[in-house]
Amino acid sequence: MQNSASAAIVTADGQPLKVSLARALRRQRMFALALVAPLFIFVAISFIIPIADMLFRSVENGIVEEILPQTVKALESWDETSGELPDEAVFAAMVADLKVARKERTNTKVGQRLNYERSGMSSLFRGAGRKAGRIKEAPYKEQLIKSDKDWGKIVTWQVIKQFSPNLTPGYYLASVDAMQTPEGEIRFEDSEKAIHTKLFIRTMIMSVVITLMTLLLGFPIAYLIATQPAKIGNLLIILVLLPFWTSLLVRTTSWIALLQQQGVINDILVFIGIISDDGRLTMIHNATGSVIAMTHILLPFMVLPLYSVMKTVPPTYMRAATSLGAHPWPAFWKVYFPNTVPGIGAGAILVFILAIGYYITPELVGGTSGTFISNRIAFHIQNSLNWGLAAALGAVLLVIVLVFYLLYDKIVGIDNMKLG
Amino acid sequence: MAALPPYASTPERIWYYAFRIICAAVFFFLIFPLMVIVPLSFNAVPFFTFTTEMLAFDPAGYSTKWYLDFFTNLNWQGAVWNSFVIAFFATILSASLGTLAALGLSRPSMPYRTLIMSILISPMIVPLIISAAGMYFFYSRVGLQGTHLGVILAHAALGTPFVVITVTATLVGFDNNLIRAANSLGASPTRTFFKVIVPLITPGVISGALFAFITSFDEVVVVLFVGSFEQRTIPWQMFSGIREQISPTILAVATLLTLVSMLMLFALELLRRRTERLRGIKNT
Repeated sequence: MQNSASAAIVTADGQPLKVSLARALRRQRMFALALVAPLFIFVAISFIIPIADMLFRSVENGIVEEILPQTVKALESWDETSGELPDEAVFAAMVADLKVARKERTNTKVGQRLNYERSGMSSLFRGAGRKAGRIKEAPYKEQLIKSDKDWGKIVTWQVIKQFSPNLTPGYYLASVDAMQTPEGEIRFEDSEKAIHTKLFIRTMIMSVVITLMTLLLGFPIAYLIATQPAKIGNLLIILVLLPFWTSLLVRTTSWIALLQQQGVINDILVFIGIISDDGRLTMIHNATGSVIAMTHILLPFMVLPLYSVMKTVPPTYMRAATSLGAHPWPAFWKVYFPNTVPGIGAGAILVFILAIGYYITPELVGGTSGTFISNRIAFHIQNSLNWGLAAALGAVLLVIVLVFYLLYDKIVGIDNMKLG
Repeated sequence: MAALPPYASTPERIWYYAFRIICAAVFFFLIFPLMVIVPLSFNAVPFFTFTTEMLAFDPAGYSTKWYLDFFTNLNWQGAVWNSFVIAFFATILSASLGTLAALGLSRPSMPYRTLIMSILISPMIVPLIISAAGMYFFYSRVGLQGTHLGVILAHAALGTPFVVITVTATLVGFDNNLIRAANSLGASPTRTFFKVIVPLITPGVISGALFAFITSFDEVVVVLFVGSFEQRTIPWQMFSGIREQISPTILAVATLLTLVSMLMLFALELLRRRTERLRGIKNT
């Protein structure tokens, strides 16, 4: 049945061409993959897995079951909505668990974990480790309640039961200032206590302000650089690249030197008599400081994409518009400006993405009113040690950034990303 | 904005000069903070501001003691050593892996190109605080937290996207006929790689490596979390210095770092010109 033309074509070694070609293509694909594989594995291990691990930490809650295994099991049969305390068996299990926990010094750990959900749990468990050791025999319920009356409160047991599963939405709820009541309802904090929501909103607003500031300052100079002859243009672009290449900490340091109360700007203003010596402006350790320093730091990220787009707009467009009778301003607004919109989009999203996750500069010049959500994340990792909440806040921030990144990818395309 | 034509009206003239003044102000805003630290770093007293002696150009108001402090203080010297060691190894790692990957990604036969590219680029997109948090949790779990190796691996991961992007960009205009020509003239694949491909991508690799180096050299968030005092780098030391005991030594270091970045910029500009020249030869 050798009637089809394709079957008749064979390569030198007698293989049908189709098979041979498919094999060659497969080999090429495998070769390309093999080149990428080392980096892919490296990035996966050193970067992707840690991020995934962090995301898992934001829902992970094995600690209660790990330290209080018998209690968790005994609580399964207890109806937390019944309005009655658990029975003797649960108390016996708790005393047994606490004795083990005390030996392994883990009772404070579980107390600390439950304290995130209800304050007072930490001290309850710290004390209970010692007191439970003295309870030798039944009735456990009576003796445990006698040792600390919190054991006689239903809500204590409700919290333990609520957080005994291995996975919890608790951290995510906390990251948007909500919590689940023992009855299973989701309750939001009062708006003045809702620090995380407030911080997310502030981070967003400040990032938008910084983006607008960089656009306002960056647009004129990008336009100037793009319309100058190459020689002057190259010189001017170096003035943009120099801050871009200078260490972030150097730039933050110099803003501290400039903006602080005894700093250069205040000194100049006092010297020329605009303000009096005791009327020095507070421009640092507040939101103003964050915005000024970050506008300076992120300005090159706005200018460079703007410049590369403006470079491609032919100068003849404007000349054509004016020669057809348009005044310079309408000519600019109706003809030139629309051509620069892709650059504005690229620069704005880039600056916004960078601003929203900034940590160092707000930490050093932001004081309390100029901090971002990243500072809160760092606080929970380093000071409050509530890693689950830090991970949940990080995950929320990551989602926001990824949404804007996809937008950036749609507008600019990651392949077109240029550096320097 | 070309030169002002002779027939320009008065408002046009005003706007022409006003626009230039605005631009000059923005450039001043960009450059002035970098320049102001230079004289301040020669301050004789431990403040971040100009003293009356300095303004009167009195030599007594100036001093090089902060530079002396930087070059003799063991904390700073340790930081310089750590910065260079960590940046060096992180750059080698990210430049070699990144170049290989870029060569693979630029092949037309590469499957799932966009997906793989976005995963490889992700260390550049994810906010540093999240990378730092994730690495801190994970590296402490596997015992890499507080080790030089941990910081090097973390910095290498952060630096690879820059290498991948710059080398891929160099390869965009790569003429595959050059490889075919080399092969048809009897060169082995290894010989083709070293004699044809390497010389053409070298500028891209070097500028990518420079980006990776500066990323590691400047990086502070990840090193704050993944590293400890033993791994303190220059930015680490500056950060803790600003937070704790503010001393003009930080300004002296800042001045030196600005010099380093000027050199970097100069090197990159030379590389860019070289790439353009190579491209030019290829096209004729």
